[in-house]
Amino acid sequence: MKPSYKDQETPLTLTELTRAARAASTSEAASARQWRSLSELADDGSFLEEVSQAVSGVRGAIHGLDDASRRKFMTLMGASFALAGVAGCSVQPIEKIIPYVEQPEDIVPGKPMFFATAAVAGGDGVGLLVESHMGRPTKIEGNPTHPASLGATDVFSQAEMLALYDPDRSQVVVHEGRVDTWERFLAFAVDLRDRKLANKGKGLRILTQTVTSPTLADQLNRLLEAMPEAKWHSYEPVTRDAARRGAELAFGEPLEPVLHLDKADVIVSLDADFLSWGPGRLHHARAFADRRSQGADAPGEAAMNRLYVVEPTPTITGAMADHRLPVAARDVSHAARALAKALKVEGAPDADANRLAGHETWFSAAAADLLAHKGKSLVVVGEGQPAEVHALGHAINAALGNIGETVTLAPPTTAGPADQLGSLVELTRAIEAGEVDALLILGANPAYDAPVDLNLAEALLNDRGPTLVHLGTHDNETAALANWHVPEAHFLEAWGDVRAFDGTVAIQQPLIAPLYNGRTAGEIVATLLGEVGLPPRETVRRYWRERLPAETFEAAWTQALRDGVIKEQPAKSDADADGDEKAKAEAKPKQYGEPKLDKVKWADAPTEELEIVFRPDPTLWDGRYANNGWLQELPKPITTLTWGNAALVSPALAERLGLQNNQVVELEYREAVVEAPVWITPGQADDSVTVHLGHGRTRVGRVGNGVGFNAYALRRSDALWFGDGLKVSATSKRIPLAVTQHHHNMEGRELVRSATIGQYRETPDFAQAEEQSSHHGMSLHPDPPVPQNEHHAWAMAIDLNRCIGCNACTIACQAENNIPVVGKDQVLLSREMHWIRVDRYYEGESEANPGTVFQPVPCMHCEKAPCELVCPVEATLHSDEGLNEMVYNRCVGTRYCGNNCPYKVRRFNWFHYADETTPSLKPLNNPDVTVRSRGVMEKCTYCVQRINEARINAKMAGRTVGGDEVVTACQGVCPTRAIVFGNMLVESAVTKARQSPRHYALLAGLGTRPRTTYLARLNNPNPDATPAEASAENSVEPRHG
Amino acid sequence: MAELKRKADRRPGPPPVLAPGHTFGSVTSKISAIVLTDPYDWRWAIGMGIGSSLLLLFTVAVVHLLLHGVGVWGVNIPVMWGFAIINFVWWIGIGHAGTLISAILLLLKQEWRTSINRFAEAMTLFAVACAGVFPLLHMGRPWKFYWLLPYPNTMALLPQWRSPLVWDVFAVSTYATVSVLFWYVGLIPDLATLRDRAVSRPAQLIYGSLSLGWRGSARHWARYKSAYILLAGLATPLVVSVHTVVSFDFAAGVIPGWHTTIFPPYFVAGAIFSGFAMVVTLAVPLRAAYGLHDFITDRHLDNMAKILLATGSIVGYGYAMEFFIAWYSGNPYEGFLFLDARPFGWYHLAYRTMIFCNVLIPQLFWFPACRRNIMLLWVCSLIVNVGMWLERYVIVITSLSQDFLPSSWAMYYPTFWDWATFLGTIGLFLFLAFLFIRFLPVIAIAEMRELVHEKDHHAARHRGLPAAEPGGETQ
Amino acid sequence: MSGHDHVENHEVYGLMAEFDGAAHLIEATQSAYDHGYRMMEAYTPFPVEGLDLALGYYRNKVPRTVFAGALLGGLGGFFMQAWSAMVYYPHNIAGKPLYSWPAFIPITFEMTVLGGAFAAVFGMLYFNGLPRLYHPVFNVPEFVQASDDRFFLCIQSRDPLFDPKETLSFLESRGPRVISVVPY
Repeated sequence: MKPSYKDQETPLTLTELTRAARAASTSEAASARQWRSLSELADDGSFLEEVSQAVSGVRGAIHGLDDASRRKFMTLMGASFALAGVAGCSVQPIEKIIPYVEQPEDIVPGKPMFFATAAVAGGDGVGLLVESHMGRPTKIEGNPTHPASLGATDVFSQAEMLALYDPDRSQVVVHEGRVDTWERFLAFAVDLRDRKLANKGKGLRILTQTVTSPTLADQLNRLLEAMPEAKWHSYEPVTRDAARRGAELAFGEPLEPVLHLDKADVIVSLDADFLSWGPGRLHHARAFADRRSQGADAPGEAAMNRLYVVEPTPTITGAMADHRLPVAARDVSHAARALAKALKVEGAPDADANRLAGHETWFSAAAADLLAHKGKSLVVVGEGQPAEVHALGHAINAALGNIGETVTLAPPTTAGPADQLGSLVELTRAIEAGEVDALLILGANPAYDAPVDLNLAEALLNDRGPTLVHLGTHDNETAALANWHVPEAHFLEAWGDVRAFDGTVAIQQPLIAPLYNGRTAGEIVATLLGEVGLPPRETVRRYWRERLPAETFEAAWTQALRDGVIKEQPAKSDADADGDEKAKAEAKPKQYGEPKLDKVKWADAPTEELEIVFRPDPTLWDGRYANNGWLQELPKPITTLTWGNAALVSPALAERLGLQNNQVVELEYREAVVEAPVWITPGQADDSVTVHLGHGRTRVGRVGNGVGFNAYALRRSDALWFGDGLKVSATSKRIPLAVTQHHHNMEGRELVRSATIGQYRETPDFAQAEEQSSHHGMSLHPDPPVPQNEHHAWAMAIDLNRCIGCNACTIACQAENNIPVVGKDQVLLSREMHWIRVDRYYEGESEANPGTVFQPVPCMHCEKAPCELVCPVEATLHSDEGLNEMVYNRCVGTRYCGNNCPYKVRRFNWFHYADETTPSLKPLNNPDVTVRSRGVMEKCTYCVQRINEARINAKMAGRTVGGDEVVTACQGVCPTRAIVFGNMLVESAVTKARQSPRHYALLAGLGTRPRTTYLARLNNPNPDATPAEASAENSVEPRHG
Repeated sequence: MAELKRKADRRPGPPPVLAPGHTFGSVTSKISAIVLTDPYDWRWAIGMGIGSSLLLLFTVAVVHLLLHGVGVWGVNIPVMWGFAIINFVWWIGIGHAGTLISAILLLLKQEWRTSINRFAEAMTLFAVACAGVFPLLHMGRPWKFYWLLPYPNTMALLPQWRSPLVWDVFAVSTYATVSVLFWYVGLIPDLATLRDRAVSRPAQLIYGSLSLGWRGSARHWARYKSAYILLAGLATPLVVSVHTVVSFDFAAGVIPGWHTTIFPPYFVAGAIFSGFAMVVTLAVPLRAAYGLHDFITDRHLDNMAKILLATGSIVGYGYAMEFFIAWYSGNPYEGFLFLDARPFGWYHLAYRTMIFCNVLIPQLFWFPACRRNIMLLWVCSLIVNVGMWLERYVIVITSLSQDFLPSSWAMYYPTFWDWATFLGTIGLFLFLAFLFIRFLPVIAIAEMRELVHEKDHHAARHRGLPAAEPGGETQ
Repeated sequence: MSGHDHVENHEVYGLMAEFDGAAHLIEATQSAYDHGYRMMEAYTPFPVEGLDLALGYYRNKVPRTVFAGALLGGLGGFFMQAWSAMVYYPHNIAGKPLYSWPAFIPITFEMTVLGGAFAAVFGMLYFNGLPRLYHPVFNVPEFVQASDDRFFLCIQSRDPLFDPKETLSFLESRGPRVISVVPY
């Protein structure tokens, strides 16, 4: 992680540095004494002494410094302790943990050990397998046996690896702005427990993020039993309140819809980005893609599903749609009403016709389609829509008989208050009223991401505010207000458990001892429960021991750790809330009666003003990943924006207001004003301006500080996801936005080839037109023999009909191949280093609503590679297995190969990008991959290290490598299995793909004969929809970009 | 009949290649005086000042580059070659005129070459020196440049012979070597002259040892002549091959705008074009400063103007052919580049300026008035230099910035360090040039004597008298 | 060849006559040759056509040397490429055959030129016996003019016909400007 100079903090003054050096030297001297943690050192008291020396030495410096420099100083001192701590950081935990040995067929993970654990993304668990080299986790894969992963992961889980080694993580306990120790915190906590037990917990509040961990929920519930006056609040900025409240309106109780996209022939998404947002998105993506490409390789039996999407801002779900309609977020409810009316849902209000003027055919066609597929259709409502739309969605699904078929209802997997926003408001009011004297914030960061109108930060600061204890991975905005800050353990360092969208529970086991002595929320709560000193592992085991049959417990526990999924017993009727909730989740989907719409209030304020739409950031989510260089530099789907966010406006709106890309506008919403650069986004609804949350962090670390603008400053509790009355005023300022793709249409070149299902049936080989017309073999030299090796010929095929453009491949490749982060200034010079990029092109005449297609582009490994021909020093040459190999230490950096690559997949180290100085980042590197130095070319290697691993294993087993045995990083992570890789000499997935009628090579006319090839994309438009819609897929593109 | 003859006599012929009335002695003394007797004058000082200060800038730029990496330049992905390669091709092209004048015109027995070939060759050397630094500097790891040379090494690996860059290494180094040899061989007799005329002992020693003890014996002259002619014979195909190979750097690539069979001839023509422009740029001030009007006469400038016209038109034809083929081949990528991107796209300004400088400006030289107007000629030569630099800019940048996949298209913006390096090499060029003017004869003395000799013979034959010995009149 | 004449034991190197012009020198040289003198040398400020013939010099080895050098360079260049690409370190580059001769042509050509050029220059110097910084003729004060506008004929003492008086009178009969003795 190498932040460019723009992203770095201004350095400390000389005096501060010299003093800090003294502090560092004292701690390093200590590190020589082989201690494993600050607390160990503290045992003999010498540590406290040293710290007090160091602190006293600098108190003068701290005294009279402004907050900023004091904070910097603290980080710096923390860093010096970390240096000492790193010595003992790759020690495996003493507790026994169980390796993942039961491998899916044909996959050899390789020498390193793999352990099953699970990530928590916004509350719901994603099962993972973590690759560990000598006790040092280096790479994350999905866990095939976990329903929320199915072997894939999203971009966040991939980036968790960097999050673990993030050098800016909070590293010491801080009390009142000074370094302190865990022991001293324990003292405080124990004292707090005594006081609270005395007054039944009056004035004690606990604020968590969404909690789906059965153990933690159980701990908290036990705490609340012990202290009935205490209160547990939970708040997630990207909350699912609306969905739960919608279900409550419809069914009388908060329920979560569980989608079964595999059963759905026709899907209508009402502002629902179910492929990248919400629980189970990976599961949904897989199911969707499977249905998308059902029989796609045999034109006759192609039975694709059909997707209608109504959304205010372009998403990857919208990009996959056969029919997409940009509609302001406030009008989505009218879209729902229009459908409901057409489907004769009783109780449904009338749609305001002129809101949807001009699209009547669209809705009638969609409604007809739904009606024609009763029980095999599905209407999905997005998290960003208000409760009544969710209720209406339930009603429509009920009317279509989809409930129980394509969608089932289950109680929320989350514990704690169902209405999270409500509970946060309640907490704030209580604080303002001075009723709270102790507030434990476990993981959450409300000072940054709470709705602005609550003024939570001020409430915490005022003198009647509570004693604030903050547990967090970073010394962040909230920690700045806290009396106690305790570093939180990353989930790869911690014991725990987490529930997935469908109720499945996975045990989290630590891959590494906490780098900075982080603690889990469970440990904090345990102290209040009087379970001080109980190892976190015991807390988890103890909980599960009660719930699993005692006789087989050890076996079950062992298996749960190994497989990453715990087999729960069907409902044991022990009466704790969590228990029977779990029981419900496990029970057969039971009926919750017909949804009623009578309780629903239909908010209806016709307006012509602009609306502002809030969205979680596709790569930073709610901001928790803001200090993650991988995610900051990962191009956001659709916009390909990196290092910052923008106000997305439609071309029409930009024209109306005379805005250009990169131009800064003032967004004024109610009182709040925020300055944001504009990005003109085709497919954006005309009256909507979309801003992404999670940017503009002020106190997260050297990478994330001050990147982008903080959209939370506009977000209000009464308009959590969108609201009318936005004022946009242009300024003369410009902020350059670092996009990785500057040109957006294919110039009529046959790059991404697509056809409607009808055209496909007529001309199954539509994709091969160019190959047939192109003249190969006209050369002085005969074509090279293929294969040159009788055993292996590696090839990759990418199914564009499956690719949803989520960019997971890009970041997985970055994690696997030690690809450096280059920073915003370098991305602005288009010097990003990603080995596989996802190209995005717009199709169709209309800028307002173009078709969007994705194309992942790794190295093509051409048989006749132009790059090899021009290299003067044999730094890139061809292996007999068909790999286009790059010899880094032979490269002198003429960059001729990069120029001569028609696919522009070669990346160059213009500077020394690799960070070899930051200590905590060293263990992150994959030991099987060279770290490239300045001045050499690099590119996709087909994960040659994995190929070699497999070859070695095969040799030792005395066999040849199986056709599908090698799994590249991009292939392994892909949620939709769009990428297949293997040996094309034997029967394998890639061999099958290459025989598909949709198979084609990119720029085949050049005669480079690539090994990486593509399967053309299919669309399934509704013939009854407007002709413009139907013909939008294949037609000359407009000019933009 | 006699009437006609008298008319013919009265008709003014072209200006002579050597002003009348010159003798061996006058030629010798006038030219060698520039080196031996004339003191450093203020013009030289100013020129040298500019040259060496730009050279200083060059040094700074190179140090900065080596410290941080090629990233300090504006190069990016997809435009991975920028100013470095542009300047390389530009300088190499400039070099070509020197060899052309000294070698090809010698073979063609063009006597007007005599008085300009010496500094034209010098120009070649210095231009090649400037060109040579760029391929080294533009490498990611310049300290490994020798990996492009065939030398026995532990990696048991020689260069990749199919790469045009390796051809480049051989072509350019051969070109440099042969030019040096050719130039030095031509210098030997003049160094002897300087040795014999030098007054100060150090000068005598230095010139003496450099002249290798040349004493002008008839047998030596005989071998000298044949060696010189043969060198010219070798240098002629060489000069054509060098820019052909340089053009292969592009023509061997697959990139639209590069992958073109017309490149070799069109590059060679362009090289001669820019080279002669540079000769004019240098000759005009030089002869003004040192009063060499007798030796570099209007005839020379007139001839060079004609060559500019001819080569400029060939270059124009090259542009036209690119257009035609782009349209005729129906190749979508070339079509986009030549018919859309270049004339109307991101870089249309550079492209249109290039057309103006290289195709339109030379057309002036159809008119004798323009050819004889020294000031105009000089300004045009500057414009042509700019135009030919832009041509390389257009070829390298526009082709790369918009190639096959629109997704990877990006613009190229040069940085301060790009400019610093470019201006720096101009400094290097001036620096070397002014050293040369100060310490070596800018005109081949021996060849001038020969010219005098021949002139008198012709004159004598015309008068039908036995050849008078001009040497006699010089006391 | 003058560069290589081993000096016999005479007290002088020879007699040197200075002439005004090229034509005059050629006449004098011609008659000296006809008179039987062989060990002589003419010095001119620029190459004078016919003078070498008048001296009876006709063997010029430079051209064949150049041819040999060029041939050597060319063959060497080609075989270096073919050998290293096919034998020394064969590798698959862009699916091209190991022996892709068209790619070897440019370097072969450049090597040819280089070999020829070296042969021309160093051959010429070798045959001329250069560099040789000292030579007796430099002892004649007027000889500095030889690089300016004077023409000299020197009859060397090692010539069998050489006799100080006769040779002197012979030279005087050719009407030179000055006749000087060339000491060692």
